[in-house]
Amino acid sequence: MTTTAVLEVGRPARPRAAERETRSRTATLLLLLPAVVASLLLFVYPLTRIVVVSVTEPTIGLGNYLELFTDGYTLRVLIRTLWVALAVAVLDLLMAFPFAYAMTVCKPRTRAVLFTIVLIPFWTSALAKNFGWMILFQRGGLVDRFLQATLGIDHPLLGTTPAVLIAMSQVLLPFAVLPLYARLDQIDRRLLDAAQGLGAGRARAFRQVYLPLSAPGLVAAGALTFILALGFYITPALLGSPQQTLIAQLIMARVEQVLDFAGANAIGIFLLLVTIAMLLLSRLVSRHASPAREEPARTESAR
Amino acid sequence: MRRAPYLSIAVWAVAGFLTVPTLFLVPMSLSGGSTFQFPPPSWSLQWYRNLVEAPEWREAVLVSLQVAAFSTPLAVVIGTCAAFGLMRLGERLRIAGAAALSAPLVIPNILVALALYGTFLRLGLSGTLLGLVLGQTALAIPFVLIAVLARLQGYDRSLTTAALSLGASPATAFRTVTFPLILPGIVAGAVFAFVASFDELVIALLLQGPGNVTLPVQMFNAVVEAADPTISAASTVLVVVVSAVVLVVQIGWTRRSEQRSGSGA
Repeated sequence: MTTTAVLEVGRPARPRAAERETRSRTATLLLLLPAVVASLLLFVYPLTRIVVVSVTEPTIGLGNYLELFTDGYTLRVLIRTLWVALAVAVLDLLMAFPFAYAMTVCKPRTRAVLFTIVLIPFWTSALAKNFGWMILFQRGGLVDRFLQATLGIDHPLLGTTPAVLIAMSQVLLPFAVLPLYARLDQIDRRLLDAAQGLGAGRARAFRQVYLPLSAPGLVAAGALTFILALGFYITPALLGSPQQTLIAQLIMARVEQVLDFAGANAIGIFLLLVTIAMLLLSRLVSRHASPAREEPARTESAR
Repeated sequence: MRRAPYLSIAVWAVAGFLTVPTLFLVPMSLSGGSTFQFPPPSWSLQWYRNLVEAPEWREAVLVSLQVAAFSTPLAVVIGTCAAFGLMRLGERLRIAGAAALSAPLVIPNILVALALYGTFLRLGLSGTLLGLVLGQTALAIPFVLIAVLARLQGYDRSLTTAALSLGASPATAFRTVTFPLILPGIVAGAVFAFVASFDELVIALLLQGPGNVTLPVQMFNAVVEAADPTISAASTVLVVVVSAVVLVVQIGWTRRSEQRSGSGA
Protein backbone atom coordinates (compact mmCIF):
# COMPACT_ATOMS: atom_id res chain seq x y z
CA MET A 1 0.00 0.00 0.00
CA THR A 2 2.68 2.43 1.01
CA THR A 3 4.80 1.61 -1.96
CA THR A 4 1.93 2.22 -4.35
CA ALA A 5 1.23 5.48 -2.56
CA VAL A 6 4.81 6.54 -3.10
CA LEU A 7 4.48 5.56 -6.72
CA GLU A 8 1.26 7.55 -6.97
CA VAL A 9 3.02 10.61 -5.62
CA GLY A 10 5.90 10.14 -8.00
CA ARG A 11 3.61 9.62 -10.92
CA PRO A 12 2.86 13.11 -12.25
CA ALA A 13 6.45 13.63 -13.33
CA ARG A 14 6.89 10.21 -14.91
CA PRO A 15 4.41 10.10 -17.76
CA ARG A 16 5.71 13.46 -18.87
CA ALA A 17 9.27 12.19 -18.99
CA ALA A 18 8.14 9.05 -20.78
CA GLU A 19 6.11 11.11 -23.17
CA ARG A 20 9.06 13.34 -23.86
CA GLU A 21 11.19 10.30 -24.48
CA THR A 22 8.79 8.80 -27.03
CA ARG A 23 8.41 12.20 -28.63
CA SER A 24 12.16 12.56 -28.93
CA ARG A 25 12.45 9.03 -30.29
CA THR A 26 9.85 9.88 -32.91
CA ALA A 27 11.81 13.04 -33.72
CA THR A 28 15.01 11.01 -34.15
CA LEU A 29 13.25 8.62 -36.49
CA LEU A 30 11.69 11.47 -38.46
CA LEU A 31 15.09 13.14 -38.84
CA LEU A 32 16.67 9.95 -40.12
CA LEU A 33 13.74 8.89 -42.29
CA PRO A 34 14.51 10.91 -45.46
CA ALA A 35 18.11 9.70 -45.57
CA VAL A 36 17.09 6.12 -44.94
CA VAL A 37 14.42 6.25 -47.64
CA ALA A 38 16.86 7.86 -50.09
CA SER A 39 19.48 5.26 -49.25
CA LEU A 40 17.03 2.37 -49.69
CA LEU A 41 15.60 3.67 -52.97
CA LEU A 42 18.77 5.00 -54.57
CA PHE A 43 21.36 2.66 -53.19
CA VAL A 44 20.27 -0.53 -51.44
CA TYR A 45 17.51 -1.52 -53.87
CA PRO A 46 19.48 -0.75 -57.06
CA LEU A 47 22.52 -2.60 -55.73
CA THR A 48 20.45 -5.58 -54.66
CA ARG A 49 18.87 -5.66 -58.09
CA ILE A 50 22.33 -5.77 -59.63
CA VAL A 51 23.15 -8.87 -57.63
CA VAL A 52 19.80 -10.48 -58.47
CA VAL A 53 20.06 -9.74 -62.20
CA SER A 54 23.62 -11.05 -62.29
CA VAL A 55 22.53 -14.48 -61.05
CA THR A 56 19.12 -14.78 -62.76
CA GLU A 57 19.62 -13.48 -66.29
CA PRO A 58 19.63 -15.00 -68.82
CA THR A 59 19.37 -18.17 -66.74
CA ILE A 60 19.44 -18.74 -63.01
CA GLY A 61 22.88 -19.61 -61.78
CA LEU A 62 26.43 -18.40 -61.61
CA GLY A 63 26.91 -18.52 -65.38
CA ASN A 64 27.74 -14.83 -65.64
CA TYR A 65 30.42 -15.19 -63.01
CA LEU A 66 31.85 -18.36 -64.52
CA GLU A 67 32.14 -16.54 -67.81
CA LEU A 68 34.34 -13.90 -66.17
CA PHE A 69 36.93 -16.55 -65.43
CA THR A 70 36.58 -18.57 -68.60
CA ASP A 71 36.40 -15.96 -71.35
CA GLY A 72 40.07 -15.17 -70.74
CA TYR A 73 39.49 -11.51 -71.48
CA THR A 74 37.79 -10.29 -68.29
CA LEU A 75 40.39 -11.85 -66.07
CA ARG A 76 43.15 -10.25 -68.09
CA VAL A 77 41.47 -6.86 -67.77
CA LEU A 78 41.05 -7.38 -64.03
CA ILE A 79 44.70 -8.28 -63.58
CA ARG A 80 45.71 -5.25 -65.63
CA THR A 81 43.46 -3.07 -63.46
CA LEU A 82 45.03 -4.47 -60.29
CA TRP A 83 48.51 -3.78 -61.67
CA VAL A 84 47.65 -0.23 -62.65
CA ALA A 85 46.07 0.42 -59.25
CA LEU A 86 49.13 -0.99 -57.51
CA ALA A 87 51.49 1.13 -59.61
CA VAL A 88 49.38 4.23 -58.90
CA ALA A 89 49.47 3.49 -55.17
CA VAL A 90 53.26 3.06 -55.22
CA LEU A 91 53.82 6.21 -57.30
CA ASP A 92 51.55 8.18 -54.98
CA LEU A 93 53.33 6.94 -51.86
CA LEU A 94 56.69 7.89 -53.35
CA MET A 95 55.44 11.41 -54.02
CA ALA A 96 53.26 11.76 -50.94
CA PHE A 97 55.92 10.79 -48.41
CA PRO A 98 58.36 13.68 -48.92
CA PHE A 99 55.44 16.06 -49.45
CA ALA A 100 53.62 15.07 -46.25
CA TYR A 101 56.91 14.96 -44.36
CA ALA A 102 57.75 18.50 -45.47
CA MET A 103 54.30 19.60 -44.32
CA THR A 104 55.10 18.43 -40.78
CA VAL A 105 58.42 20.27 -40.53
CA CYS A 106 57.89 23.50 -42.48
CA LYS A 107 56.67 26.90 -41.27
CA PRO A 108 52.90 27.32 -40.81
CA ARG A 109 52.65 29.63 -43.82
CA THR A 110 54.46 27.18 -46.12
CA ARG A 111 52.21 24.44 -44.75
CA ALA A 112 49.14 26.45 -45.74
CA VAL A 113 50.55 26.84 -49.26
CA LEU A 114 51.34 23.12 -49.51
CA PHE A 115 47.86 22.27 -48.23
CA THR A 116 46.28 24.43 -50.92
CA ILE A 117 48.48 22.92 -53.63
CA VAL A 118 47.74 19.34 -52.62
CA LEU A 119 44.03 20.03 -52.72
CA ILE A 120 44.15 21.38 -56.28
CA PRO A 121 43.38 18.04 -57.99
CA PHE A 122 40.65 17.53 -55.40
CA TRP A 123 38.88 20.71 -56.43
CA THR A 124 39.62 20.66 -60.13
CA SER A 125 36.92 19.23 -62.36
CA ALA A 126 37.76 15.63 -63.27
CA LEU A 127 37.38 16.40 -66.96
CA ALA A 128 39.51 19.54 -66.73
CA LYS A 129 42.38 17.59 -65.13
CA ASN A 130 42.27 14.82 -67.68
CA PHE A 131 41.95 17.28 -70.52
CA GLY A 132 45.03 19.10 -69.21
CA TRP A 133 46.98 15.84 -69.34
CA MET A 134 45.67 15.12 -72.83
CA ILE A 135 47.10 18.43 -74.06
CA LEU A 136 50.46 17.69 -72.43
CA PHE A 137 50.67 14.11 -73.72
CA GLN A 138 49.26 14.49 -77.23
CA ARG A 139 51.24 14.04 -80.43
CA GLY A 140 53.32 17.18 -80.83
CA GLY A 141 52.51 18.17 -77.24
CA LEU A 142 55.10 19.40 -74.76
CA VAL A 143 55.87 16.02 -73.20
CA ASP A 144 56.00 14.36 -76.60
CA ARG A 145 58.47 16.93 -77.92
CA PHE A 146 60.55 16.76 -74.73
CA LEU A 147 60.80 12.95 -74.91
CA GLN A 148 61.84 13.13 -78.58
CA ALA A 149 64.46 15.79 -77.93
CA THR A 150 66.05 14.20 -74.85
CA LEU A 151 65.55 10.45 -75.11
CA GLY A 152 64.77 10.14 -78.78
CA ILE A 153 61.50 8.36 -77.99
CA ASP A 154 59.29 8.67 -81.02
CA HIS A 155 56.06 7.49 -79.47
CA PRO A 156 53.33 9.75 -78.10
CA LEU A 157 52.41 9.11 -74.49
CA LEU A 158 48.70 9.66 -75.12
CA GLY A 159 46.89 6.36 -75.45
CA THR A 160 49.38 4.39 -73.38
CA THR A 161 49.24 2.88 -69.92
CA PRO A 162 52.05 5.13 -68.59
CA ALA A 163 49.90 8.16 -69.49
CA VAL A 164 47.00 6.66 -67.53
CA LEU A 165 49.33 5.92 -64.61
CA ILE A 166 50.71 9.45 -64.47
CA ALA A 167 47.32 11.14 -64.69
CA MET A 168 45.73 8.78 -62.16
CA SER A 169 48.56 9.41 -59.69
CA GLN A 170 47.96 13.13 -59.93
CA VAL A 171 44.21 12.76 -59.46
CA LEU A 172 44.66 10.49 -56.43
CA LEU A 173 47.66 12.18 -54.81
CA PRO A 174 45.57 14.19 -52.29
CA PHE A 175 44.09 10.91 -51.04
CA ALA A 176 47.61 9.71 -50.29
CA VAL A 177 49.02 12.93 -48.83
CA LEU A 178 46.19 13.70 -46.39
CA PRO A 179 46.11 10.41 -44.39
CA LEU A 180 49.89 10.22 -44.48
CA TYR A 181 50.22 13.77 -43.16
CA ALA A 182 47.72 12.99 -40.39
CA ARG A 183 49.96 10.13 -39.28
CA LEU A 184 53.34 11.81 -39.71
CA ASP A 185 52.15 14.82 -37.76
CA GLN A 186 51.54 12.59 -34.74
CA ILE A 187 55.05 11.17 -34.66
CA ASP A 188 57.02 12.47 -31.73
CA ARG A 189 60.14 13.94 -33.32
CA ARG A 190 62.01 13.72 -30.02
CA LEU A 191 62.27 9.98 -30.71
CA LEU A 192 64.50 10.86 -33.67
CA ASP A 193 66.66 13.10 -31.48
CA ALA A 194 66.85 10.31 -28.92
CA ALA A 195 67.96 7.82 -31.57
CA GLN A 196 70.60 10.22 -32.80
CA GLY A 197 71.66 10.97 -29.24
CA LEU A 198 72.18 7.25 -28.74
CA GLY A 199 74.54 7.20 -31.69
CA ALA A 200 72.37 6.44 -34.72
CA GLY A 201 73.14 8.42 -37.84
CA ARG A 202 70.42 10.52 -39.45
CA ALA A 203 69.74 7.86 -42.07
CA ARG A 204 69.60 5.07 -39.52
CA ALA A 205 67.35 7.03 -37.15
CA PHE A 206 65.03 7.67 -40.07
CA ARG A 207 65.02 4.05 -41.22
CA GLN A 208 64.72 2.40 -37.82
CA VAL A 209 62.55 4.89 -35.95
CA TYR A 210 60.68 7.23 -38.27
CA LEU A 211 59.78 4.80 -41.05
CA PRO A 212 58.28 2.10 -38.77
CA LEU A 213 56.27 4.75 -36.93
CA SER A 214 54.90 6.07 -40.22
CA ALA A 215 53.97 2.59 -41.49
CA PRO A 216 50.25 2.79 -40.51
CA GLY A 217 49.96 6.05 -42.46
CA LEU A 218 51.69 4.51 -45.46
CA VAL A 219 49.38 1.51 -45.38
CA ALA A 220 46.27 3.69 -45.05
CA ALA A 221 47.33 6.04 -47.84
CA GLY A 222 48.39 3.21 -50.13
CA ALA A 223 45.20 1.25 -49.55
CA LEU A 224 42.98 4.26 -50.17
CA THR A 225 44.64 5.20 -53.45
CA PHE A 226 44.70 1.58 -54.56
CA ILE A 227 41.00 1.06 -53.86
CA LEU A 228 39.96 4.32 -55.48
CA ALA A 229 42.11 3.53 -58.53
CA LEU A 230 40.29 0.23 -59.11
CA GLY A 231 37.07 1.93 -60.17
CA PHE A 232 38.53 4.67 -62.39
CA TYR A 233 36.72 5.30 -65.64
CA ILE A 234 37.37 8.82 -66.99
CA THR A 235 41.17 8.76 -66.98
CA PRO A 236 41.67 5.41 -68.75
CA ALA A 237 38.85 6.25 -71.17
CA LEU A 238 40.46 9.55 -72.18
CA LEU A 239 44.19 8.86 -71.83
CA GLY A 240 44.43 5.10 -72.33
CA SER A 241 43.97 2.90 -75.35
CA PRO A 242 41.13 0.51 -76.21
CA GLN A 243 43.71 -2.28 -76.27
CA GLN A 244 44.62 -1.56 -72.64
CA THR A 245 41.08 -1.44 -71.23
CA LEU A 246 40.58 -1.27 -67.46
CA ILE A 247 37.66 -2.89 -65.66
CA ALA A 248 35.41 0.17 -65.37
CA GLN A 249 35.66 0.67 -69.14
CA LEU A 250 34.72 -2.97 -69.61
CA ILE A 251 31.57 -2.48 -67.52
CA MET A 252 30.66 0.66 -69.43
CA ALA A 253 31.21 -1.02 -72.81
CA ARG A 254 29.09 -4.02 -71.83
CA VAL A 255 26.19 -1.75 -70.93
CA GLU A 256 26.42 0.87 -73.64
CA GLN A 257 27.49 -1.16 -76.64
CA VAL A 258 26.29 -4.71 -76.03
CA LEU A 259 23.43 -3.98 -73.58
CA ASP A 260 24.61 -7.00 -71.63
CA PHE A 261 23.34 -5.94 -68.21
CA ALA A 262 23.75 -9.29 -66.52
CA GLY A 263 27.38 -9.55 -67.63
CA ALA A 264 28.12 -5.95 -66.64
CA ASN A 265 26.47 -6.52 -63.28
CA ALA A 266 28.56 -9.62 -62.65
CA ILE A 267 31.77 -7.69 -63.43
CA GLY A 268 30.55 -4.86 -61.19
CA ILE A 269 29.89 -7.20 -58.26
CA PHE A 270 33.24 -8.84 -58.86
CA LEU A 271 34.90 -5.40 -58.70
CA LEU A 272 33.01 -4.67 -55.48
CA LEU A 273 34.19 -7.93 -53.92
CA VAL A 274 37.79 -7.21 -54.89
CA THR A 275 37.43 -3.71 -53.41
CA ILE A 276 36.04 -5.05 -50.14
CA ALA A 277 38.74 -7.73 -49.96
CA MET A 278 41.42 -5.06 -50.43
CA LEU A 279 39.79 -2.91 -47.75
CA LEU A 280 39.81 -5.78 -45.25
CA LEU A 281 43.35 -6.73 -46.21
CA SER A 282 44.59 -3.19 -45.63
CA ARG A 283 42.88 -3.11 -42.21
CA LEU A 284 44.61 -6.34 -41.33
CA VAL A 285 48.00 -5.11 -42.52
CA SER A 286 47.70 -1.76 -40.75
CA ARG A 287 46.74 -3.52 -37.53
CA HIS A 288 49.87 -5.61 -37.91
CA ALA A 289 51.93 -2.59 -38.83
CA SER A 290 51.02 -0.36 -35.94
CA PRO A 291 50.37 -1.80 -32.48
CA ALA A 292 53.12 -4.38 -32.58
CA ARG A 293 55.66 -1.60 -32.85
CA GLU A 294 54.01 0.87 -30.57
CA GLU A 295 52.52 -1.12 -27.73
CA PRO A 296 55.82 -2.20 -26.17
CA ALA A 297 57.00 1.39 -26.16
CA ARG A 298 53.80 2.51 -24.50
CA THR A 299 53.88 -0.15 -21.76
CA GLU A 300 57.54 0.63 -21.30
CA SER A 301 56.76 4.24 -20.51
CA ALA A 302 53.79 3.24 -18.36
CA ARG A 303 56.14 1.37 -16.08
CA MET B 1 63.76 21.93 -44.12
CA ARG B 2 66.94 24.02 -43.92
CA ARG B 3 69.32 21.09 -43.97
CA ALA B 4 67.45 19.17 -46.62
CA PRO B 5 67.76 20.65 -50.10
CA TYR B 6 66.65 17.34 -51.64
CA LEU B 7 63.44 17.56 -49.67
CA SER B 8 62.72 21.05 -51.02
CA ILE B 9 63.39 19.91 -54.57
CA ALA B 10 61.15 16.87 -54.15
CA VAL B 11 58.34 18.91 -52.59
CA TRP B 12 58.32 21.56 -55.28
CA ALA B 13 58.56 18.94 -58.01
CA VAL B 14 55.47 17.23 -56.58
CA ALA B 15 53.77 20.61 -56.25
CA GLY B 16 54.48 21.25 -59.92
CA PHE B 17 53.13 17.82 -60.84
CA LEU B 18 49.91 18.64 -59.01
CA THR B 19 49.38 22.01 -60.68
CA VAL B 20 50.82 21.77 -64.21
CA PRO B 21 47.90 20.11 -66.04
CA THR B 22 45.51 22.69 -64.65
CA LEU B 23 47.79 25.56 -65.61
CA PHE B 24 47.73 24.50 -69.25
CA LEU B 25 43.99 24.93 -69.49
CA VAL B 26 43.97 28.72 -69.39
CA PRO B 27 46.24 29.41 -72.41
CA MET B 28 44.53 26.55 -74.29
CA SER B 29 41.13 28.14 -73.78
CA LEU B 30 42.38 31.38 -75.33
CA SER B 31 43.58 29.63 -78.47
CA GLY B 32 42.77 31.09 -81.88
CA GLY B 33 43.31 27.69 -83.52
CA SER B 34 40.70 25.02 -84.01
CA THR B 35 42.68 22.07 -82.61
CA PHE B 36 44.19 21.21 -79.24
CA GLN B 37 47.57 22.47 -80.45
CA PHE B 38 49.89 23.88 -77.75
CA PRO B 39 51.11 26.59 -77.66
CA PRO B 40 48.19 28.14 -79.54
CA PRO B 41 49.00 29.60 -82.97
CA SER B 42 47.03 32.76 -82.17
CA TRP B 43 44.83 34.17 -79.41
CA SER B 44 41.08 34.63 -79.32
CA LEU B 45 38.01 34.36 -77.10
CA GLN B 46 36.18 32.21 -79.65
CA TRP B 47 35.81 29.16 -77.38
CA TYR B 48 34.26 31.21 -74.61
CA ARG B 49 31.84 32.67 -77.14
CA ASN B 50 31.06 29.15 -78.33
CA LEU B 51 30.46 27.97 -74.77
CA VAL B 52 27.73 30.58 -74.38
CA GLU B 53 26.33 30.54 -77.90
CA ALA B 54 26.52 27.00 -79.29
CA PRO B 55 23.18 25.38 -78.40
CA GLU B 56 24.64 22.04 -77.25
CA TRP B 57 27.04 23.77 -74.85
CA ARG B 58 24.56 26.31 -73.56
CA GLU B 59 22.01 23.60 -72.94
CA ALA B 60 24.55 21.41 -71.17
CA VAL B 61 25.43 24.28 -68.82
CA LEU B 62 21.74 24.91 -68.15
CA VAL B 63 21.00 21.23 -67.52
CA SER B 64 23.90 21.01 -65.07
CA LEU B 65 22.77 24.14 -63.24
CA GLN B 66 19.21 22.81 -63.11
CA VAL B 67 20.30 19.46 -61.74
CA ALA B 68 22.53 21.13 -59.14
CA ALA B 69 19.76 23.57 -58.21
CA PHE B 70 17.55 20.65 -57.20
CA SER B 71 20.02 18.08 -55.96
CA THR B 72 22.17 20.35 -53.77
CA PRO B 73 19.34 21.70 -51.55
CA LEU B 74 17.78 18.24 -51.46
CA ALA B 75 21.07 16.68 -50.35
CA VAL B 76 21.68 19.48 -47.83
CA VAL B 77 18.27 19.04 -46.17
CA ILE B 78 18.36 15.24 -46.14
CA GLY B 79 22.00 15.08 -45.06
CA THR B 80 21.65 17.72 -42.34
CA CYS B 81 18.50 16.11 -40.89
CA ALA B 82 20.24 12.74 -40.90
CA ALA B 83 23.28 14.20 -39.11
CA PHE B 84 21.01 15.62 -36.38
CA GLY B 85 19.18 12.32 -36.15
CA LEU B 86 22.42 10.36 -35.85
CA MET B 87 23.61 12.66 -33.06
CA ARG B 88 20.60 11.60 -30.99
CA LEU B 89 21.62 7.96 -31.16
CA GLY B 90 24.12 6.15 -28.99
CA GLU B 91 27.71 6.16 -30.14
CA ARG B 92 27.74 2.67 -31.60
CA LEU B 93 24.52 3.17 -33.56
CA ARG B 94 25.71 6.56 -34.72
CA ILE B 95 28.96 5.21 -36.14
CA ALA B 96 27.16 2.31 -37.83
CA GLY B 97 24.49 4.61 -39.23
CA ALA B 98 27.00 7.12 -40.56
CA ALA B 99 28.98 4.31 -42.21
CA ALA B 100 25.85 2.84 -43.81
CA LEU B 101 24.62 6.19 -45.11
CA SER B 102 28.00 7.17 -46.52
CA ALA B 103 28.61 3.80 -48.21
CA PRO B 104 28.02 5.25 -51.72
CA LEU B 105 31.33 7.09 -51.32
CA VAL B 106 33.34 3.92 -50.78
CA ILE B 107 31.71 1.84 -53.50
CA PRO B 108 33.22 2.35 -56.94
CA ASN B 109 31.35 5.08 -58.78
CA ILE B 110 30.88 2.89 -61.82
CA LEU B 111 28.94 0.36 -59.76
CA VAL B 112 26.63 3.00 -58.28
CA ALA B 113 26.08 4.29 -61.82
CA LEU B 114 25.34 0.81 -63.12
CA ALA B 115 22.90 0.11 -60.28
CA LEU B 116 21.04 3.39 -60.72
CA TYR B 117 20.90 2.96 -64.49
CA GLY B 118 19.35 -0.50 -64.24
CA THR B 119 16.73 0.62 -61.76
CA PHE B 120 15.93 3.91 -63.49
CA LEU B 121 15.53 2.20 -66.88
CA ARG B 122 12.87 0.03 -65.30
CA LEU B 123 11.11 2.98 -63.66
CA GLY B 124 11.23 5.08 -66.83
CA LEU B 125 13.49 7.59 -65.08
CA SER B 126 16.49 7.05 -67.31
CA GLY B 127 17.15 9.99 -69.59
CA THR B 128 14.93 12.31 -67.53
CA LEU B 129 15.91 15.33 -65.49
CA LEU B 130 14.33 13.77 -62.39
CA GLY B 131 16.53 10.72 -62.83
CA LEU B 132 19.66 12.88 -63.00
CA VAL B 133 18.58 14.88 -59.94
CA LEU B 134 17.93 11.72 -57.92
CA GLY B 135 21.22 10.18 -58.99
CA GLN B 136 23.28 13.24 -58.10
CA THR B 137 21.41 13.64 -54.81
CA ALA B 138 22.23 10.07 -53.84
CA LEU B 139 25.89 10.82 -54.40
CA ALA B 140 25.81 14.21 -52.64
CA ILE B 141 24.03 13.21 -49.40
CA PRO B 142 27.10 11.51 -47.83
CA PHE B 143 29.21 14.65 -48.37
CA VAL B 144 26.70 16.78 -46.47
CA LEU B 145 26.24 14.14 -43.79
CA ILE B 146 29.95 13.86 -43.10
CA ALA B 147 30.56 17.63 -43.03
CA VAL B 148 27.61 18.40 -40.73
CA LEU B 149 28.28 15.41 -38.48
CA ALA B 150 31.89 16.54 -38.01
CA ARG B 151 30.68 20.00 -37.02
CA LEU B 152 28.01 18.64 -34.67
CA GLN B 153 30.48 16.38 -32.92
CA GLY B 154 32.80 19.30 -32.34
CA TYR B 155 30.20 21.68 -30.96
CA ASP B 156 29.49 22.21 -27.30
CA ARG B 157 25.99 20.98 -26.54
CA SER B 158 25.86 22.86 -23.25
CA LEU B 159 25.50 26.11 -25.23
CA THR B 160 22.07 25.00 -26.45
CA THR B 161 21.20 23.72 -22.98
CA ALA B 162 22.20 27.11 -21.56
CA ALA B 163 19.92 28.90 -24.03
CA LEU B 164 17.06 26.58 -23.06
CA SER B 165 17.61 27.13 -19.34
CA LEU B 166 17.64 30.89 -19.91
CA GLY B 167 14.11 30.60 -21.23
CA ALA B 168 14.53 30.22 -24.98
CA SER B 169 12.06 27.93 -26.68
CA PRO B 170 13.61 24.92 -28.45
CA ALA B 171 12.93 26.64 -31.79
CA THR B 172 14.62 29.89 -30.70
CA ALA B 173 17.55 28.03 -29.19
CA PHE B 174 18.01 26.15 -32.44
CA ARG B 175 17.71 29.25 -34.60
CA THR B 176 19.93 31.56 -32.56
CA VAL B 177 22.46 29.19 -31.01
CA THR B 178 22.71 25.74 -32.57
CA PHE B 179 22.19 26.68 -36.20
CA PRO B 180 24.79 29.48 -36.42
CA LEU B 181 27.34 27.22 -34.74
CA ILE B 182 26.92 24.38 -37.21
CA LEU B 183 26.37 26.61 -40.25
CA PRO B 184 29.99 26.26 -41.45
CA GLY B 185 29.47 22.49 -41.56
CA ILE B 186 26.30 22.90 -43.60
CA VAL B 187 27.98 25.36 -45.97
CA ALA B 188 30.97 23.05 -46.43
CA GLY B 189 28.59 20.15 -47.04
CA ALA B 190 26.63 22.21 -49.57
CA VAL B 191 29.81 23.16 -51.43
CA PHE B 192 30.97 19.54 -51.48
CA ALA B 193 27.55 18.40 -52.63
CA PHE B 194 27.40 21.04 -55.35
CA VAL B 195 30.85 20.27 -56.70
CA ALA B 196 30.30 16.52 -56.48
CA SER B 197 27.02 16.66 -58.36
CA PHE B 198 28.10 19.35 -60.83
CA ASP B 199 31.22 17.43 -61.80
CA GLU B 200 29.80 13.91 -61.78
CA LEU B 201 30.33 12.14 -65.09
CA VAL B 202 29.88 8.39 -64.87
CA ILE B 203 26.29 8.41 -63.59
CA ALA B 204 25.34 11.29 -65.89
CA LEU B 205 26.88 9.44 -68.83
CA LEU B 206 24.60 6.46 -68.30
CA LEU B 207 21.51 8.44 -67.33
CA GLN B 208 21.78 10.97 -70.16
CA GLY B 209 18.89 11.35 -72.56
CA PRO B 210 18.04 13.65 -75.40
CA GLY B 211 17.95 17.17 -73.99
CA ASN B 212 19.41 15.96 -70.72
CA VAL B 213 23.13 16.15 -71.32
CA THR B 214 25.05 17.63 -68.39
CA LEU B 215 28.17 19.75 -68.81
CA PRO B 216 30.58 16.93 -67.88
CA VAL B 217 28.91 14.61 -70.40
CA GLN B 218 29.10 17.30 -73.08
CA MET B 219 32.77 17.84 -72.22
CA PHE B 220 33.44 14.11 -72.40
CA ASN B 221 31.74 13.89 -75.79
CA ALA B 222 33.63 16.97 -76.96
CA VAL B 223 36.94 15.20 -76.33
CA VAL B 224 36.03 11.68 -77.40
CA GLU B 225 33.84 12.34 -80.41
CA ALA B 226 34.26 15.84 -81.74
CA ALA B 227 37.71 17.11 -80.64
CA ASP B 228 35.89 20.38 -79.92
CA PRO B 229 38.25 22.88 -78.21
CA THR B 230 35.29 24.51 -76.46
CA ILE B 231 36.12 22.00 -73.71
CA SER B 232 39.18 24.10 -72.83
CA ALA B 233 36.95 27.13 -72.17
CA ALA B 234 34.47 25.00 -70.23
CA SER B 235 37.29 23.49 -68.15
CA THR B 236 38.75 26.88 -67.37
CA VAL B 237 35.38 28.27 -66.32
CA LEU B 238 34.80 25.24 -64.10
CA VAL B 239 38.21 25.56 -62.47
CA VAL B 240 37.83 29.30 -61.90
CA VAL B 241 34.25 29.08 -60.57
CA VAL B 242 35.00 26.21 -58.21
CA SER B 243 38.20 27.83 -56.91
CA ALA B 244 36.31 31.09 -56.37
CA VAL B 245 33.59 29.33 -54.37
CA VAL B 246 36.12 27.44 -52.28
CA LEU B 247 38.16 30.57 -51.69
CA VAL B 248 35.14 32.65 -50.63
CA VAL B 249 33.99 29.94 -48.23
CA GLN B 250 37.49 29.63 -46.79
CA ILE B 251 37.89 33.39 -46.35
CA GLY B 252 34.45 33.73 -44.81
CA TRP B 253 35.44 30.96 -42.45
CA THR B 254 38.69 32.46 -41.22
CA ARG B 255 37.01 35.83 -40.78
CA ARG B 256 34.22 34.21 -38.77
CA SER B 257 36.59 32.37 -36.50
CA GLU B 258 38.72 35.50 -36.08
CA GLN B 259 35.64 37.46 -35.11
CA ARG B 260 34.64 34.83 -32.63
CA SER B 261 38.07 34.59 -31.03
CA GLY B 262 38.19 38.42 -31.03
CA SER B 263 34.88 38.77 -29.22
CA GLY B 264 35.79 35.89 -26.91
CA ALA B 265 38.96 37.65 -25.76
